[in-house]
Amino acid sequence: MVNMEIPKSFLGYKRENGRAGTRNHVIILPVDDISNACAEAVANNIKGTIALPHSYGRLQFGADLELHFRTMIGTGKNPNVAAVIVIGIEPKWTKRIVDAIAKTGKPVEGFSIEGVGDIDTIAKVSKKAQEFSMWASEKQREDCPISDLWISVKCGESDTTSGLASNPTVGNLMDKLEPLGVHLCFGETSELTGAENVCAKRGKTPEAKEKFLKTWNAYNDFILKEATDDLSESQPTAGNIAGGLTTIEEKAFGNFQKIGSRQFIDVLEPAEEPTKGKGLYFMDTSSAAAECVTLQAAGGFNIHLFPTGQGNIIGNPIEPVIKLTANPLTAKTMGEHIDVDVSKILSRQMNLDQAGDELIKSTIRVANGRLTCAEALGHKEFVMTKLYRSA
Amino acid sequence: MNNTDIIIHDEKDNVGVVVIEKITPNQDCNCWIMENDKSAKIQSKSEIPLGHKIAMLDLKEGDAILKYGHDIGKVVKNIKKGEHVHVHNVKTKKW
Repeated sequence: MVNMEIPKSFLGYKRENGRAGTRNHVIILPVDDISNACAEAVANNIKGTIALPHSYGRLQFGADLELHFRTMIGTGKNPNVAAVIVIGIEPKWTKRIVDAIAKTGKPVEGFSIEGVGDIDTIAKVSKKAQEFSMWASEKQREDCPISDLWISVKCGESDTTSGLASNPTVGNLMDKLEPLGVHLCFGETSELTGAENVCAKRGKTPEAKEKFLKTWNAYNDFILKEATDDLSESQPTAGNIAGGLTTIEEKAFGNFQKIGSRQFIDVLEPAEEPTKGKGLYFMDTSSAAAECVTLQAAGGFNIHLFPTGQGNIIGNPIEPVIKLTANPLTAKTMGEHIDVDVSKILSRQMNLDQAGDELIKSTIRVANGRLTCAEALGHKEFVMTKLYRSA
Repeated sequence: MNNTDIIIHDEKDNVGVVVIEKITPNQDCNCWIMENDKSAKIQSKSEIPLGHKIAMLDLKEGDAILKYGHDIGKVVKNIKKGEHVHVHNVKTKKW
């Protein structure tokens, strides 16, 4: 069989800093929970904008605060975002986020509510948001090399069909696209438990191997410290167990199939942008879908592949999430959530190589602008990771 | 080739995964080993739904379950060849 020829380019939005987006969002980003109302009012007023409400941003400190800033800033910098409005209760933290996003060269403006009130802030911000939205609406998609794709992966509501077929399909795509210079990212530190030593061996350098094990050990120590039972019903989840997964080790080896035969070049902090060039990165993330994808989007990834077994329905406001499943029942009962059906692998009417090609085709179509199921259904889960209690 | 009932990841594995809607007790099942493209046969002893595992050998308490060629947990209750393998007879070695 002759493999399909992989497209060399896609139609993306070229950004001021040389990156390319698969989407052209104008976002209204609240710095803190109490600015959500204002951000949502503005997004309601001005078409073509989207508010990203979330639950945090007050009295955080230390590493937790740094992660908050990294997530806010990274979300604004993501090339799927054309322009950004930042709204906070006070000007200082707002400015810190605005200044960092501005380094990309994209339009960004900050507003604070204290001393003004919601109503006048909403009026003022709406005028700027209208200007940004109309400016962004004139941006055209242009030919971009496939190496402008930054692809993140995360699986969810996995079952044994994930490890058999949908995760290896993602691995097949990675094996085919990595040599073309794309950036790739996997995460889910806790869901590599049981496969941690096998995963560590995939580090390209001794430093990468060591950093991975250090990261995994720290996460595992935290889980052992906080766990009140054997984590049954959390890891694996009730959905995983219904789908036939018995232990975290089984889930981990299934999860690990997503990276194909690739090696990772570095280990990233949550929401950290990779700086060592093209190739595969591991990011330290929770295994909860929305938290993980939010962190990967903040790391700069512009398209996401999400294999599911029992039918996780997650989406993200700025990074399109492509879902694939190999579970024929899920493909049938939850078809509106599934972009790519690879269940024929199980009946051996399709092989992994063909499934990988199908996934590449779908990825390019979505990169070119086709809506994902999650986008069409309005899934916009933006979930900040919080490391510990606020002060 | 099209009527595979069970897929086994690796030749070393002592469990396979049901890939049809369900298998019933005493069903003669066709198994396909992905790693080396070989075939095998097994007769089931339990009803086992899609995605769930079947024991390819008799397994004793304390044995390791091998899947993907790796240890994925320990047997906590003896399992006969052809029986359903899941949370009632296998537990994690972690956590």
